[in-house]
Amino acid sequence: MSAERHSPRAKPEASILDGANGQGRGPLTRLDPRAKLLAALGFSLVTSLCASPWAATAALSLGLGLTLAARLGLGPVLRRTATVNVFVLFLWAFLPWRLEIAPDVLEASLVFNPPGLSLAWLITLKVNAIFFALTGLLATSRVNDLLHAMAHLRLPGKLVTLFLLFFRYLFVLHREYQRLTLAMRVRCFTPGNNLHTYRSYANVVGMLLVRSFDRAERVFQAMLCRGFNGTFWVLDHFAWRRQDTIFCAGAAMALAGLIVLQWGI
Amino acid sequence: MHISEGVLSAPVLASGAVLAATGVAMGLARLDYQKLPRVAVLSAAFFVASLIHVPVGPVSVHLVLNGVVGLLLGWAAFPSILVALALQAILMQFGGLIVLGVNTFSMAMPAVICHYLFRSMVASQNRVVAFAGGALAGALAVALAGLFVALALFGGGEDFATVAAAVGLAHVPIFIAEGVLTGLAVLFIKRVRPAMLDRDQA
Repeated sequence: MSAERHSPRAKPEASILDGANGQGRGPLTRLDPRAKLLAALGFSLVTSLCASPWAATAALSLGLGLTLAARLGLGPVLRRTATVNVFVLFLWAFLPWRLEIAPDVLEASLVFNPPGLSLAWLITLKVNAIFFALTGLLATSRVNDLLHAMAHLRLPGKLVTLFLLFFRYLFVLHREYQRLTLAMRVRCFTPGNNLHTYRSYANVVGMLLVRSFDRAERVFQAMLCRGFNGTFWVLDHFAWRRQDTIFCAGAAMALAGLIVLQWGI
Repeated sequence: MHISEGVLSAPVLASGAVLAATGVAMGLARLDYQKLPRVAVLSAAFFVASLIHVPVGPVSVHLVLNGVVGLLLGWAAFPSILVALALQAILMQFGGLIVLGVNTFSMAMPAVICHYLFRSMVASQNRVVAFAGGALAGALAVALAGLFVALALFGGGEDFATVAAAVGLAHVPIFIAEGVLTGLAVLFIKRVRPAMLDRDQA
């Protein structure tokens, strides 16, 4: 393993906080985030309960359709698809095998288990179906809009406030983290299997926590200065339009279709 | 380690959701508006810190840090971990909305358990005891999280037994890294800002 792999680069993190949300150019971008959030919940629920490969295939095509309609750009979508499917690969590696333990000699052996293969295939369809649907529905809204939508959908106020502040300071602390790791690189820090590496990383974690603790005090004092009395006002209000009603009706029909395919009512 | 959407069975998903909702409610009830910014900003710090990859033997693992979350936040670990996981679902579509309950519970419950078990050790003036408390909290929190994830998978039926065992094994390197690192981080915090680990903070 080369030192390069372990070096505290900024690259993988940059893809996590790249702020790609809300940058699609398709019709989904203009929908009310509340409608998209509800559709995403409904779709995830129905699809994760699906057990027939036909229903899962239909769900996957719906999901792919949503991602295509979002027009998010091929690069980021492919990268995320790869990340999500790492877990799926892991399942393919282990599901088709059964652990058999002989009781008298206490020896474990792996036995080929054909039903595991069809299970792995079903899960692959479902995981990707939900991933593509969420990409189309959620990645086309800005995170702040989705959080405001959650407030309008009556999630507990404290939870939404926590979420908003968390998201706000994520980027601040990420910059802080990049400054710390830059300082380490300037001092020629190369990670390895030694106590020095562990102590250095522990100090980075500790420093991040200490700075966030101090910053939280300042944030709270600033909030008090602005008259914070326990109500965190939500500033964005959405206008429900006809296209949102049409979208919700379409989503409900698609979900009903999936339910019929799966349970045959 | 968290589980993707579309893998678990309905009973597991439902019980995960109920357990996580209870934990989040407990956390929010104990969280007044004065502590809210602190929990929010600390959660952001944990999220960023979990981007660090630490070498363990031939592989490198990323930090989970639910042990420190528990030590510093107590029951507020539930809402803290919930928002972090929900953000991953929104931002990267990684993990999902329905499986959020199982994933939150399997990471936050060990954090709360470690809070009660090791908080007093970490608050100790003795550096060796404090290090041991941190190390045990870090290691146990990850080990329990691995156990919960394995149990959730196992609840999906016998076909998942091998997967569950593999997930359990995959947690061993993380468990070592996390233990050492949490212990050292606790020592750092005690040196720099001891008030953060006082008993009355969480």
